[in-house]
Order: sequence, then structure tokens, then C-alpha cells
Amino acid sequence: MFDSFSAEMLARIQFAFTVSFHIIFPAFTIGLASWLAVLNGLWLKTRNRTYLTLFEHWKKIFAVAFGMGVVSGIVMSYQFGTNWSVFSDRAGPVIGPLLAYEVLSAFFLEAGFLGIMLFGRERVGDGLHMFATAMVAVGTLMSAFWILSANSWMQTPQGHGMNAVGQFVPEDWWAIVFNPSFPYRLVHMVMAAFLTTAFVVGAVSALHLLRDRANPAARVGFSMAMWMAVIVTPLQILAGDLHGLNTLEHQPAKVMAMEGHFESHPEGAPLYLFGIPDQETQRLDYAVGIPKLSSLILKHDLNAPLDGLDTVPRADQPPVAIVFWAFRIMVALGFAMLGLGLWALVRRVQGRLYDSPLQHRAALVMGPAGFVAVLAGWVTTEVGRQPYTVYGLLRTGDSLAPVAAPAVGASLLAFVAVYAFVFGAGTFYILRLMNRLPGTMGDDEGGPTRAAGITPASQLDPDAYVPGE
Amino acid sequence: MEFDLAFIWAGLIAFAVLTYVILDGFDLGVGILFPWAGSESERDTAMNSVAPVWDGNETWLILGGGGLFAVFPLAYAVVMPALYMPITLMLLGLVFRGVAFEYRWKTRRWKPVWDVAFFGGSLVAALCQGIALGALVQGIEVEGRAYAGGWWDWLTPFSVLTGLAVATGYALLGATWLVMKTEGSLQHRMRRLAWPLGLATLAFMGLVSAITPFLEPVYFARWFNLPGSLFSVVMPVLVLGAAWALFTGLSEGRDSRPFLAALSLFVLGFIGIGISFYPMMVPPSLTIWQAAAPDESLGFALVGAVILVPLVLAYTAYAYWVFRGKVRHGEGYH
Ligand code: HDD
Ligand code: HEM
Ligand code: HEM
Repeated sequence: MFDSFSAEMLARIQFAFTVSFHIIFPAFTIGLASWLAVLNGLWLKTRNRTYLTLFEHWKKIFAVAFGMGVVSGIVMSYQFGTNWSVFSDRAGPVIGPLLAYEVLSAFFLEAGFLGIMLFGRERVGDGLHMFATAMVAVGTLMSAFWILSANSWMQTPQGHGMNAVGQFVPEDWWAIVFNPSFPYRLVHMVMAAFLTTAFVVGAVSALHLLRDRANPAARVGFSMAMWMAVIVTPLQILAGDLHGLNTLEHQPAKVMAMEGHFESHPEGAPLYLFGIPDQETQRLDYAVGIPKLSSLILKHDLNAPLDGLDTVPRADQPPVAIVFWAFRIMVALGFAMLGLGLWALVRRVQGRLYDSPLQHRAALVMGPAGFVAVLAGWVTTEVGRQPYTVYGLLRTGDSLAPVAAPAVGASLLAFVAVYAFVFGAGTFYILRLMNRLPGTMGDDEGGPTRAAGITPASQLDPDAYVPGE
Repeated sequence: MEFDLAFIWAGLIAFAVLTYVILDGFDLGVGILFPWAGSESERDTAMNSVAPVWDGNETWLILGGGGLFAVFPLAYAVVMPALYMPITLMLLGLVFRGVAFEYRWKTRRWKPVWDVAFFGGSLVAALCQGIALGALVQGIEVEGRAYAGGWWDWLTPFSVLTGLAVATGYALLGATWLVMKTEGSLQHRMRRLAWPLGLATLAFMGLVSAITPFLEPVYFARWFNLPGSLFSVVMPVLVLGAAWALFTGLSEGRDSRPFLAALSLFVLGFIGIGISFYPMMVPPSLTIWQAAAPDESLGFALVGAVILVPLVLAYTAYAYWVFRGKVRHGEGYH
């Protein structure tokens, strides 16, 4: 037999790999679905063709990303069983119904109306098509609601008991669904998704502005994205701060790891900006910090005492370095986003939003920022919760399926190879679609005579709209 | 407790799985038949006939898995590791075929690659589902609350047989679906293909039914003692009736009867398996009641199911209604 440690490690890597790939797509599609609904609404209301152009253009990008989100998500829903069967048996009575609600209230809604949103404008008319588009957006948000509730319960479990065979038994569903960290996580994640989309749209529009600053679709896209950036980023930072205070209350060890506080600070803890955490020696090497600022942020008092990891047994500590750095990446990107949003606001006030190539370049560079911040945020959250799957109650090591290392290893390799191939190709197609100027692509854009209709597919002559092949 | 919640849920899960098989069966079948669909534009039409609905169809698979997790967590925890490999392969197959729906239209040079992905992914997924079914019917070794068998237990001649049976049956569903949804030479070709596929499906059904009673004494008793033995008489008659409808429908050139007949074959096969299984959740050791989650979980989830499943069925039906009739050539948004 292979020793169980390596099977556990492989299973963890496999889960982390597949879920990290998965979250990339929801982070984008949640925001995009809502934006598409807004665009379609604006088109119906104003009959300004620019909105329709944008809708038709981004709809294609959405379809590809959504498809990748669906297939990577189906993998997730089976991985609980294949790799974490003990967890599934024990936490299933609580987590399972939440996922069942997600399937019934969210996935079916998305999937049921997606076809009509993509293919059906001609068949059902504007009104129902608008309804279908809105339902897809609502579905993605419902999905976030339930899955984040499940995840938050694992972070801050409450409302359950335990039965004779060791299963978590639900006692108060209200307390389970609305567990202490859930409201914060939901708000923070949904805003993260909106920001991710905004920065992608901003980057693509900026690219087109760099090429043709008169293009109306590029202008509208850029302007909307920069409004999102300047309004939502400050809210996101505020929500993140509140989230951190909540975490301090319920998962203090995670905050200690985020802050790099190995030692307790009875008279005000410093905010470390830099340092190299060394878990072996339980020290933060090369630390650069601002005295007392951490106490001010977390306790609103310069001299408030803060416990450090020296109060947590080694076996219960999360891996500090990963949490410490992931957290810093997220926060740094948050402030960079704020910076770009404010810069754009200044330009807007000056009336020069569309002729600022330097700023458009900056927006282009910031395109992937949302994805990176989302991944960094989740790594902070999930690694910071270790060594538990259900915080304080069920250890990761005790959650594992009776799997053998070769089976997990082989499937991990298969996932890596397949994902690299399949999602690599998908990303390439998406980038190519983005590269195309909205409204200038071959025959499938619909001239005035074909207003509001999907046009016969250009699939019969793909060359007409695939530049660069 | 007035209601036997575990029993109700077993019925609901069975319903979800059956709905999945009925809906995704034809859509995987279209993928399996892709190499025989003819010219490129006929393949386009074949794919467009399922493109607006495939995602909804596959969601029933998530409901089957997620529902099992929610209401029979022990069964989920035992079955998934036992079927680790076929499940993983099925998921990978679904990845390939799922993305093909979008990718195919985004490239010309690589279109043949995604055609192969669509075909291969569909075929692998169908085979793996059949293999998983066969392995489950054969029984899964449980010790305490965990799977206790080996890594290759799922691979037996019987599970390979069920794998081939399911893949062939799905292909039949796909062929008859295309007979219903398309016109011209594609429809013609599918109508011809449906004959051998129908015969093969019937042969597989016969073989599997003949072997199953001998796999477990419980199954044998079920089928050969009263009252179960009544089914042994009724079921074959019904199957023959469905077969008759299928083949006459094909030869009379009907559009939708063959598809409906093929669906009833699947429903009958499913009922047959249900008769063997009941009251087992994971044969031979876990009954429905042993595998069930606590009543608090079952009740909470049932509230959602009672409200939401009818809604889901309603708008699913609506989506099919919107895309009813023959696929118009070149219809799509790409
Ligand atoms: C905050 C949002 C979020 C998070 C944390 C997750 N997902 Fe997800 N998931 C979505 C948001 C989402 C979505 C927006 O609803 C998706 C993404 C794109 C899509 O097609 O729907 C989706 C798709 C999706 C699907 C396919 C649904 C369909 O067919 O429409 C499944 C089965 C899952 N997910 C399962 C999971 C599991 C088991 C997760 C945890 C480990 C998970 N997701 C994390
Ligand atoms: C979608 C965004 C998510 C990301 C990027 C993410 C990331 C991760 C990572 C990196 C780990 C590995 C931690 C480690 O082993 O040190 C992990 C573990 C885990 N996560 Fe998440 N997670 C996400 C969402 C969720 C959700 C929504 C759930 C449950 C509903 C969940 C359940 C788990 C479980 C059960 C583990 C334990 C297995 C393990 O430790 O590897 N995750 N996750
Ligand atoms: C700059 C200020 C920010 C602060 C102070 C902040 C704070 C936090 C904290 C404390 C957590 C961990 C919560 C926990 O697990 O207990 C977290 C998680 C997370 N952050 Fe941030 N964040 C900021 C910016 C951002 C930005 C800009 C994004 C993305 C656009 C983002 C995305 C996420 C995500 C996806 C998670 C994981 C899900 C969750 O637990 O909510 N954050 N953030």
C-alpha cells in the first residue's frame, strides 16, 4: 500500500487545482451575465444600436466562458464524493441540501434560459428574450448564494448537532444558511465577480480605443467599466475590511497568518507590509512594518493587544507563508484597481476619458487583475482555514476518501493535461473574440435590416469572421 | 413521522436519474453518431438540434449526483470512490463534448479536432455511465461506512456489457431524435441507422436482463417468485410492444413515433432495474433507509424539491417548446 499522506496530498492538490480552474469562469460569468442583461435592457429602452452591438459581441464571449464554467463545475460536484468521501458522509446532511438548492434554484434556471438567451431572440420576441437574459443573470447570483453559504458554513459552522455515527445533523437551517461569515463572503465575492468583469471589459475596450478612439462600442464599454471600477472598488475594500473583522472573531488563526503575527502583541500590533514567514522557526524574517497599525485596523485602537500564532498549537496552524502572501496580493490589487478607477474619474471630469492612451494602456494591463485577486482571495480563505475542512470540527486529514495514491495521482495528471488543452484552447478563442472590434465582424453582426434578430449563422463561411486563422 | 421521507426521496432521485437518461441520452447519442452524420453542414444541423438544450439536460446529472449527496450521503460516499475511475473518465468525456458546442464554431482549422472531441467525449461518457450502472448492479463492497473494494472492481465482463448496452441505446435515441428533428438526407441516413441500432439495443437488453437475476440471490428471488414474477411476464410484453412501435414507425416513415418508442424502451429498462434494486440503495448491503440522511435534511430538501421541481419542469418544457419542430438549416447564433 501507498502511505496515506501522499494520497491526501494528491487529493488536496487535485481539489485545489480543479476548483481554482472552475472559479476563474464564475468570477467572469457572474458579472458578465448581469452586464449583458443591463445592455439588453438599455438597447430595448433607448434603441441605441451601440448597446445591441455590445450585447451581441459579448454574448459570444459569455457563451464560451459559460460553457467552460459548466463543464469544470460538473467535475467539482462529483469530487466531493470521489476524493472526500468521509467528508461527504459526515457533512453531507448539512452541505448536501444547500447544493441541492443550488442545483434546483440556480443551475436549472441558468441552463433552462441560456438557450433562449443565445438562440431565441427571433423565436420568442424581445420581451421574453429580455426575461430569459435576466433569468440567466439571476441564476448565476443564486448559484453564488448557495455555494457560498455551503462554503461559509464550513468556515464558521453553526446550527448543527452530531449523531451517533458522527454525521453533522442540521438543527436550525436558518442558522446554517446565514452562518456568521456568509453575508460578508457573499457580498465580497459578488463584488469581486463584478469587478473582474469590469476590468476585463475595461481592458478590451481600452485596446479598441487605442486602435480607434472614435469607436462607439469601445467608448461605451470603457465608460461603463470605469464607472464600475470607481464605484465598486471602494465598496469592495470596505467589505473586505469588515470581512476581516468577522474573521478575527471566528477564525483568529487565519487572521494571524494573514498578518504574519507569529508573536502576540500585548501593546498594539504592527502592520507588516513585507516579510518572509518561516513556519519552522515561527518567525517573520526581514519584517517591514508600521507599528500599531494592525491593532488600529482590527481593533480600532492603537494599543489594543492582539494574540499571535504562539497561542495556537503547531498542529492547528495554517501554512502561514501562503496565506500571508496571497492576502497581500489581493489587497495590493484592490488598491491598484482603486487607483485606476480614480484616475479614470479625473479624466472623465476633464472630459478626456477617451483620449488618454497612457490610461488605456494601464487599463489593458489591469485586465486580468480581477482573476488574480479572486484566486488570491480564495487561497487566503481556504488555506487559512487549514488544517480543517469544517472549521474546528473536522480535519482535512480525516475527510479523505479511502483512495489509493496511484488512482488520485493518475486522475490528477489527467485533469491537468485535459484542462490545459481544453481551457487553453477556450482562452485562445475568447482572446481572439475580444481582439475583434465590436460591430466590425463579418456578416453576423446584423445590419439595420436585420434589427434585433439573430442572423443566420456565419458558420457556413467561418472565414468571413475569423481573422488571423 | 407521517411520511417516509427516505422512500419519497429515493423515488425523486430515481426520477432525476431517469429524466437525465431520457434527456441527455439522445444528446449524447447525437455525439456518438457524429461520424455518421454526413457532410459538415449536416453535422452542424445535428449539433444545432441539441445546442439550445444540452446544458439543461446535463443539469439533471448534477441533480442526480448532488441529490444523492444531499439525501443519501452515505451512498454517495460509498459509490463515488468505488466508481472512481469510470466517474472521472465520464467527467473528462463531458468536458470535451461540452466545450465542443462552442469551440466548433470558433475555428475552421481546428473544427475537425472538436468534432472528434464531441464524438469521443460523448462515447466515453456513455460507456462510463453504462459501466457505472453495471458495477452498481453487481454490488459494491462496504465495510463500516466506507467502500472496501479494490480499484479495478468496477471492471467486469458484465459492466462492459452494460457499458456497450447504454452506449448503443443512446445512439438509438440520438438517431431517432434526429429523425424527428431534421429533414432530407440526414433524416434519411438516421432512419436507416436506427434499424441496426434498435436491434442491437434489444439484444443488449435481453442479455442484461437474462444475466441480472443470477448476479444476486435477491434479484433472482424478486424476478422468479410471486409477486415479482408477474413482472417477468409483463415487462417482456411491454418491451416487445415498444419495439413494434419503433420498427413500424421507422418503416412507415413517421417522424416522432420512433423517438417516443425508443424512449419507452429506456423507461422500461429503468423500471426493470428499479424492480431488481428495491429496497437497496447500494446493493448488496445498503438499503434506502440505511443510506438516508437525517430527517431534518430530507425534510428541508423536500420543501425545495416540491416547489422547484415542477417549476423546473415547466420552464424546461417551455424551452423545448420554443425550439420545437425541425431545425432550420443554419440556425444558430455563431
Ligand atoms: C461564487 C460563485 C461560485 C463558486 C464559489 C463555485 N461556483 Fe460552480 N458555478 C458558478 C458559481 C460558483 C456559476 C456562476 O453558477 C457557474 C459558473 C459558470 C456557469 O456556467 O455557472 C457554475 C457552474 C457550476 C456547475 C455547472 C452548472 C450548470 O450546469 O449550469 C456545477 C456543477 C458547479 N458549478 C459546482 C460547483 C462546486 C461543487 C463548487 C465548489 C467547490 C463551485 N461550483 C464553486
Ligand atoms: C471557488 C473558489 C474556491 C477556491 C479557489 C478554493 C480553493 C481551495 C484551495 C486552494 C484548497 C486547498 C487548501 C489546502 O489544501 O491547503 C481548498 C480546499 C478545500 N475547499 Fe475550497 N476553494 C473554493 C471554494 C470552495 C467551496 C465553495 C467549497 C465547498 C462548498 C470548498 C471546499 C473545499 C474543501 C472540502 C477543501 C478541502 C480539501 C483540501 O484541503 O484540499 N471550496 N479550496
Ligand atoms: C483591498 C482590500 C481588500 C481587503 C481588505 C480584503 C479582505 C479580504 C479578507 C480578510 C478575506 C478573507 C476572509 C476569510 O476567509 O475569512 C478576503 C477574501 C477574498 N477576497 Fe478580498 N479583500 C480586498 C480586496 C479584494 C479584491 C479587490 C478582490 C477581487 C476583485 C477580492 C476577492 C476576494 C475573494 C474572492 C475572497 C475569497 C472569498 C471570501 O472569503 O470572501 N478581495 N478578502
